[in-house]
Amino acid sequence: MNKEERNKRYLAYVSAKSPKTEVWPSLFFAFIIGGLICCFGQAVSDTLANWFPYMTETELGAWTLVVIIFITCILTGVGLFDDIARFAGAGTIVPITGFANSICSSAMEFRREGIIFGMCAKMFTVAGPVIVFGIISSIIIGVVYLFL
Amino acid sequence: MLMTYLKVFLTGGIICLIGQILIIKTKLTSARILVLFMCLGVFLEGIGVYQYVVDFGKAGATVPIIGFGRTLAKGVIKEVSTKGILGIFTGGLTATAAGIAASVIFSFFVALIFKPKTKHS
Repeated sequence: MNKEERNKRYLAYVSAKSPKTEVWPSLFFAFIIGGLICCFGQAVSDTLANWFPYMTETELGAWTLVVIIFITCILTGVGLFDDIARFAGAGTIVPITGFANSICSSAMEFRREGIIFGMCAKMFTVAGPVIVFGIISSIIIGVVYLFL
Repeated sequence: MLMTYLKVFLTGGIICLIGQILIIKTKLTSARILVLFMCLGVFLEGIGVYQYVVDFGKAGATVPIIGFGRTLAKGVIKEVSTKGILGIFTGGLTATAAGIAASVIFSFFVALIFKPKTKHS
């Protein structure tokens, strides 16, 4: 069997075996769960604004993210996050929960390879690119604004 | 009050919906989705459009990772105007430090405390 045909058959095999996502339900759940997470963020922000009226909007935003990240890490730790993420798809990836979960689950997964070279080194396998691209693009914006 | 939450829900939901459509159509992995949305946020804030989305959707626009990119850009723009050239380097991470530091510290302790469950399915 030549290489091309083998590759073709392999790809057909992979697409037959890989889990199918139902298009419409996955879109529906991504919309609902994503919306709910953002509503929760708004509720946290409103509650904090009630308790600490002197807080600026930037501080409120930062606190909201910290609270959501905390809850995400706990849910990832007890294993509940994966159950939600399985049917929510982008509904949990796109909000900041996806960022926190990617760090937390990598940290947990590589914990058994040791603290330094396992957990701490591989914590950023998914979040690393986000931070790198974030810094690079923000520097580009900074340079542009410097000359404006 | 209810209207605000409806707007938040719609904005957040639609951003996640776009992400889900991208996942289905292009089979992008979640890391690429995160990078893409974050860069989009930096770009949109850079050209000054995203503030309108935030005014409309509030947390619906700041909780998604686009909001993270927006915070990066916003921090850089602010620090460039106050500190000059040094602001290019300090602005972005200063503004997003809370999110990154929180993710790192909580993940660190969660990974120390909890044992990963074996993946079923």
